[in-house]
Amino acid sequence: MLSAADIDRALTRIAHEILESNKGPENLVLLGIPRRGYPLAQRLAAKLAGIEPGFDPEASTGQLDVTMYRDDLRRSTSRTPAPTRLPARGVDGAVVVLVDDVLFSGRTIRAALDALSDIGRPDVVRLGVLVDRGHRELPIRADFVGKNLPTSTAERVQVRLTEIDGPDGTGESAEDGVSIFDRADEPGDAR
Amino acid sequence: MKHLLSTADLSRSDALQILDTAEEMAAVSGREVKKLPALRGRTVVNLFLEDSTRTRISFEAAAKRLSADVINFSAKGSSVSKGESLKDTVQTLEAIGADAIVMRHWGSGAAAQLASSGWITSAVVNAGDGTHEHPTQALLDAFTLRRHLSRRHGSAPHGRDLEGMHVVIVGDILHSRVARSNVWLLTTLGARVTLAAPPTLMPFGVDAWPCEVTYSLDEALATGPDAVMMLRVQAERMKDAFFPSAAEYTRSWGLTDERLAVFESTSAADAIIMHPGPMNRGLEISSAAADSPRNTALEQVTNGVSVRMAVLYLLLSGSAPDSQEATV
Amino acid sequence: MTATEPSHLILGATMPNGTTADVLIQGEVIAAVGTDAADRADEATVRIEAAGRVLLPGLVDLHTHLREPGKEDAETVETGTRAAAMGGFTSVHAMANSTPVADTAGVVEQVWQLGQEAGWCDVHPVGAVTVGLAGEQLAELGAMAQSRAQVRMFSDDGMCVQDPVLMRRALEYVKAFDGFIAQHAQEPKLTAGAQMNEGELSSMLGLAGWPAVAEEAIIARDVLLAQHVGSRLHVCHVSTAGSVEIIRWAKERGIEVTAEATPHHLLLTEELVRTYNPVFKVNPPLRRESDVMALREGLADGTIDTIGTDHAPHTAETKECEWTVAAMGMTGLETALPVVQHALVDTGLMDWAGVARVMSVNPARIARLETQGQMDPDGGLAAGAPAHLALYDPNITRTVDPETHTTKSRNSPYRGMELPGQITDVFYGGHPVVRDRALSAPRQHR
Repeated sequence: MLSAADIDRALTRIAHEILESNKGPENLVLLGIPRRGYPLAQRLAAKLAGIEPGFDPEASTGQLDVTMYRDDLRRSTSRTPAPTRLPARGVDGAVVVLVDDVLFSGRTIRAALDALSDIGRPDVVRLGVLVDRGHRELPIRADFVGKNLPTSTAERVQVRLTEIDGPDGTGESAEDGVSIFDRADEPGDAR
Repeated sequence: MKHLLSTADLSRSDALQILDTAEEMAAVSGREVKKLPALRGRTVVNLFLEDSTRTRISFEAAAKRLSADVINFSAKGSSVSKGESLKDTVQTLEAIGADAIVMRHWGSGAAAQLASSGWITSAVVNAGDGTHEHPTQALLDAFTLRRHLSRRHGSAPHGRDLEGMHVVIVGDILHSRVARSNVWLLTTLGARVTLAAPPTLMPFGVDAWPCEVTYSLDEALATGPDAVMMLRVQAERMKDAFFPSAAEYTRSWGLTDERLAVFESTSAADAIIMHPGPMNRGLEISSAAADSPRNTALEQVTNGVSVRMAVLYLLLSGSAPDSQEATV
Repeated sequence: MTATEPSHLILGATMPNGTTADVLIQGEVIAAVGTDAADRADEATVRIEAAGRVLLPGLVDLHTHLREPGKEDAETVETGTRAAAMGGFTSVHAMANSTPVADTAGVVEQVWQLGQEAGWCDVHPVGAVTVGLAGEQLAELGAMAQSRAQVRMFSDDGMCVQDPVLMRRALEYVKAFDGFIAQHAQEPKLTAGAQMNEGELSSMLGLAGWPAVAEEAIIARDVLLAQHVGSRLHVCHVSTAGSVEIIRWAKERGIEVTAEATPHHLLLTEELVRTYNPVFKVNPPLRRESDVMALREGLADGTIDTIGTDHAPHTAETKECEWTVAAMGMTGLETALPVVQHALVDTGLMDWAGVARVMSVNPARIARLETQGQMDPDGGLAAGAPAHLALYDPNITRTVDPETHTTKSRNSPYRGMELPGQITDVFYGGHPVVRDRALSAPRQHR
């Protein structure tokens, strides 16, 4: 549905929108949600630095693990939590942009908001996603969206990023991309 | 994993999952809010039929940091001391709403029996059973060792095992559940383990264990181990002729000031002294060794909470079959 | 026996020596064996088709715990002897560790009387060697011998007669009435707190070990004592290869020692302790595979004389608890013959005549029972002998379900195992106490 070039264009646009809404790069902290949100946050940070040379991507990007805050811990297999890595400045007083690949039910973002509040007190929290596939179950919306993809709940949205799914990652995809599968063909619940 | 009963049946990947999870739990203690909501609404019962304040409060802290409700139940003044059976006791606890039972028991095998009895459906965590096993102690020891190893390599501990480490365990191996759990776990994780003790305190048939055995602590120290773990020795043992006197034990098997000096000169600069506590200063460990900056006893206590958080989290979250990586 | 009791004709049964014959039971005795058995039957004779089944002399157990008096919730003389009958036994020896201990004429007479009243098989009380099994002072052995129970077998079973002087005196004293001492060989200090066989497994499981030497050292001492004073020694439940060797050595020297093995030590090993299921906790403990094999060989070559069940019923609450506090012992009367078939006959180590020797002839001889254990030296059954007989079908296989057992207790270690064979009929003094695989009726009190 989305090619590597589509993804790159979407991220460039989101970078501009972030700067516009924040009126510059001040106090920006990008927090990616594992697994694919983190490389997306890193890419966004690189683009921000390209636009605004004063923006330090290393010092403004991090990863926020939400495993322990999920509301389905009882039902799903125990997951090993991923590390939470914050930029040295922390999140207090920052404009935090949560970054994830797909926005679906909104439950992960709910967990992320809880996790964030246990870490510190940002001034503002925004949400950026590569794909919004609809079917929200909570009153949550994205501020920055790469692409709205209307799907049925019987479908599954697969995002491939070379950092994770490339030959060096776990999959074999050499190129970025977004596809939609019929869930019946793809057993397992990946929302 | 449904229960944690023994390290003998932990695979390398099970063990690494616990240790990796414990790393994330440890990170929480550095945060402003030192609490996770993962076990909100779940009840953990600490059923301690043998005194152990240290282990009990460690499990209590672990459960509370995961937002679980904790009920402490100890034999003193409870119905167990009035002759109620274990079966009736645990069924009562489950009726109260226990999701996990953390049990310290004086009898070897009690936790395994509880898990297989069909009396209850709760998860069972062995917090030490007789002279059999003490798996969370071994896990926290492995966690501590792994952190030191990764510091040496200058990399994150995640995913790493203990390949290349040499650990000497000293003292009353025969009666030690800590030694047993450590031998199985540390060797599963690739460490080299040497047991050093008088022959009377070696288990029968120890030659079949996956470790080296020596009757000379001095020989063991001469090999320059990365860690030396001193086990608590009960002075009463000499009444049963396991050794002639406390003084002779200390001379041959204690980490004395002289042996500390040998250790400091022979082993690597980052080699550590471990002790499961509580220490008998002057018996198995001299005060200088106990207070040495190499002694990780307090670090072990801290790590114990993280490891127990990981165990409770992994046992109590999720029982459904494989679910895929979430990509919400 | 009343004259109204119908006679029974067992048709085409296999004798212990492998030959086939008809056997007529009339009154209390075997009236005829062979071709004239059918001729002498009358209209009223009950006919039992027994082709393919083995007819054995009624089994004799020198090692049964009937628990009465004192622990009637685990077993009574009535329920224990019913279980014995279902297992093919026509004589059992009730061990002395009841409450109160069978250390006086009064207690042994009580147990003997209860056995008489039950009428399922002979019950011979075993007298305690020492008062209260305490190992300190000889019990009144003579009074028990002279009582109506006529005790000849004395044992502190469950406890070892540890004091060598006391053991020597006991061995000597019972010579006065041709008695014998059955020793529970267990050096107490070497086994303080012991929970299972000592070996690599006990070390792994963190259970205090029960070294083989604790059994063997006592047996070695006792055979030398028996030789020195010229007395009869019987060693209960031999469980190690080393013990078998010592007994073999003693017999070669002409020492008057006899020995017993239990069915469970012929089949089960310490590996079962890995489950920490207390049903496998027993004294002496389950040992290693090599010990099991040595015991089987010892029985086959005559070093071990008898199989004793050590039937030890226990209530659920004493087994549904932690291993370290659980009671020691297993039920065994109703599974003994199937286990023996599985371990000794089906493996080719022993024929049915051999089974009859170790489970009937030898124990009867050791206990000086004149009416039990009657078999010709060639393995045939003779007319004129008291009709204590067990008819056994070796051709079926069953899954052991302790819930269906006749004993009051459920602590069978064989639960869920497949074992061969089943007792179909048992004659106790000519009276059918078991008919068609089910309890019939007890023999009338004489």
